Amino acid sequence: MRRYLLLASTAALIAFASAASATTLDDVKKKGFVQCGVSQGLKGFSSPDDKGGWTGIDVDLCRAIAAAIFGDPEKVKFTPLSAKERFTALQSGEIDVLSRNTTWALSRDTALGFDFRGVIYYDGQGFMVRKSSGVKSAKDLDGASVCVLMGTSTSLTLADYFRSNNMKYEPITFEKDDEVVAAYESGRCDTYTTDRSGLYANRLTLKDPQENIVLPEIISKEPLGPVVRHGDNQWGDIVSWTLYTMLNAEELGLNSGNVAGMRESDNPEIRRVLGTEGKFGEGMGLSDDWAYNIIAKVGNYAEMFDRNVGKDSPLGIPRGLNALYTQGGIQYAPPIR
Amino acid sequence: MSFVRDTYLVETPPPGMNVGVLGWLRGNLFSSASNTLLTLFGMYVLWTVVPPLIEWALLDAVWQGSGREACLVEGAGACWAFVAAKFGQFIYGTYTFEERWRVDLAFLAGALTVGLLMIERMPGRRYIAVFGLLIYPVIAYILLTGGRFGLPEVETTLWGGLLLTFVVASVGIVVSFPLGIVLALGRRSQMPVMRVLSVIYIEAWRGVPLITVLFMASVMLPLFLPAGTNFDKLLRVLIGVALFSSAYMAEVVRGGLQAIPRGQYEAASALGLGFWQANLLIIMPQALRLVIPGIVNTFIGLFKDTTLVMIVGLFDFLGSIQVNFSDANWATPQTAATGYAFAALVYWIICYSMSRYSMRLEARLNEGTRRA
Repeated sequence: MRRYLLLASTAALIAFASAASATTLDDVKKKGFVQCGVSQGLKGFSSPDDKGGWTGIDVDLCRAIAAAIFGDPEKVKFTPLSAKERFTALQSGEIDVLSRNTTWALSRDTALGFDFRGVIYYDGQGFMVRKSSGVKSAKDLDGASVCVLMGTSTSLTLADYFRSNNMKYEPITFEKDDEVVAAYESGRCDTYTTDRSGLYANRLTLKDPQENIVLPEIISKEPLGPVVRHGDNQWGDIVSWTLYTMLNAEELGLNSGNVAGMRESDNPEIRRVLGTEGKFGEGMGLSDDWAYNIIAKVGNYAEMFDRNVGKDSPLGIPRGLNALYTQGGIQYAPPIR
Repeated sequence: MSFVRDTYLVETPPPGMNVGVLGWLRGNLFSSASNTLLTLFGMYVLWTVVPPLIEWALLDAVWQGSGREACLVEGAGACWAFVAAKFGQFIYGTYTFEERWRVDLAFLAGALTVGLLMIERMPGRRYIAVFGLLIYPVIAYILLTGGRFGLPEVETTLWGGLLLTFVVASVGIVVSFPLGIVLALGRRSQMPVMRVLSVIYIEAWRGVPLITVLFMASVMLPLFLPAGTNFDKLLRVLIGVALFSSAYMAEVVRGGLQAIPRGQYEAASALGLGFWQANLLIIMPQALRLVIPGIVNTFIGLFKDTTLVMIVGLFDFLGSIQVNFSDANWATPQTAATGYAFAALVYWIICYSMSRYSMRLEARLNEGTRRA
C-alpha cells in the first residue's frame, strides 16, 4: 500500500518538478552550491570528523561534483538522511544528488524514477569469523550459528546461500547493528554477516580486531553509487563523468599532487582530460578545466579510496573488486575523448 | 524526711547502642531480621556495581588523545578523549565555528533571565518576566539565525547538539503552555463549537505518536508542497512539537480546573468578574498551582522527547553523539559506551534540576495550605 502511494506521488511529482524548474545545473549554479544527500553516519562513507565537517567516499564524490561545477570543493551542503527519507528527499528536490551507499537495483532504477550514475564502491555481503576458529572459507560454515540483522535483505541472501550450498545454519537475529556486533564479540555466534564494508568498519569496535578475519567469499552484489532524478540527463552526465574522471585519473597516473605539472604533458589522453586539448566540458555545460579541478582539489579514485576506507584509513579495506580493471578489479571508466 | 533526695542524680548518657552512628544503623538498617537481610543484599549489589563503574569511568579511563590509538591500550576504560575531541559538536552541532560565541551569548542571556526570575525577592521581577517572554526570544532568534545587523547567516541545518535540544525543548515548552491553557478552557467551555474543536484537537494530537508527527512533517509534507518550496526543516519540527505537546499540556491543566470547587466560579461571578478576569485572577492561579507536578512532568518528558528529531535527520544532543560513533578515527570498543554514559549524565543533570526547581516552587506556592 505504502509503495503504491509512494509511486503515485512520485509520478505526480516528477511531472511537477520538471515543469516547475529549469535544469538542475542551472538551479545549482543559481544557488551557488550542490545539495548532497549523505547517510546519518557510516564509517568510511560519510561520517563527521573532529571539526564537524563530513568525510568519506560518498562525501568526497559530492565535493568532486562541486569542484567540477564551481572549481571549489567546498561549495556543497550535506543533508544527512535516514534510509527511509533518502528517496523522498531526492524526489521532492530537497537534494540534487543522493550519494548515500545506495545499492543499484532494478526496482529502484525503474519504478522509483531514479537514475544510478555509476558505481563508486562494489560492495557485497560477506562473513567475519574468529581466527581461532580455523575457518578459511564460507564453505566451512556448515552448521554454524550466524549473527545477522533482523528483517534486512542480508538475512534473505544468507538463507539463499546456505540453501544453495546444502549447508545448515542457525540464524541469531538482532534489531540493531551494535547488538549484532556485541553478540558476535561475546561468542554467541560463530560468524557475523553483513556487507563487507560494514564488516571491516565494525571490526574496529571489537576488542581485538586482528583476531577476526573477513572471509573471501562475497555472496551478494551490492553496487553502491550516486543517484539522480530521472529526466535531467545533463545533470546525470555531470555526476557520471565526475566519477569516471576520478577513475581515469588513477589509470593515467594523475593525482592531486602532480596534476598541476601535467597540464602540458605530451600524452594526448592526459591533455584531453585536463582540458589542454579539446572542449569536453562544454557538452555538460561546464568549463574546460572541470576535470582538472576534480583531480587537483579532491584527487583521483585511489586517493579517495585510500584515505577514507583503504590503506591510509583505520578501516584498511583492500581494493579487491574496487581495483582498476588493469589491476585485477572491475573498476573501469569509459575514456574521455 | 530522709527518704527524699535533695540532690540531683548525675545524668548518664543513653545506652551506646541507641545513639550516634551505631544507634542510627540499628534504627534504620538493622531494625529487624528482614531489614538486616535487605541491607546486606543492598550492600552486596553496591559492592558489585560501584567499584567496577568507578574503575571504568575514572581510574582506567583515557582522558587525553587525538585518535582511536589512545583508547586502544590494554585494559582501557571509558574513552573520555573521544568526548573531549567531539565536545564542540555535542554542544553546537556543526554550527559555524567562528559564530559559536553567538550561541554562548544567547544561552548566557537566557540563563541569566531564568536565574533572576528564580530569585523571589528580585526587584522588577515582572519586567524581567516580560523581557524573558517577549524580547528575549527575538534577541535569541536574531543571534542564532543571523542574517541581520551584520551577523552572517547560520542555517538551521547546521544547528545541532545541546543547542538544538534546548531550542526544540524551550520552544515546545513556551508555546505549549499558553496554548494548553486555552485548549483546556475550550474543552470545559459552555460553547459547543469551542468545546468540540478543542476536543477534536486534543484527541487527534494525543492519538498519534510524536514520531509519526515528525515523520509526516519531514517526509510527507515536502511531497504535498510545490517543488522548490523548501520550508525550513527545523521550523516544521518546532511546529509539530509545539502543537503536539500543547495537547498534553491541555489535559494536565484541565485536571487542575476540575479540582476547583464550583463555589470559586460563583464567587468570581458574584464579584462581577467576567470570564477572562475570573479565570486569570481566581481560577488559574489555584488550578495551575495544583498541577505543578504534572506540568513539570510534561516538560521533562518533552525535553527528553526532543531526541526523536533524529528520525528526521536533525542531530540533537544524543543524535550528534551517535553520529560521531561512525567516525572511523574514533572506532574503539569503548567509544559507544562512553558516549552514552556522557549523554545519560547530561540528561540527568538537566532533568534533575528541573524537578528540584519544581519542588521548590511547589513548596513556596503551597505555604498557605501546607499541612503542619
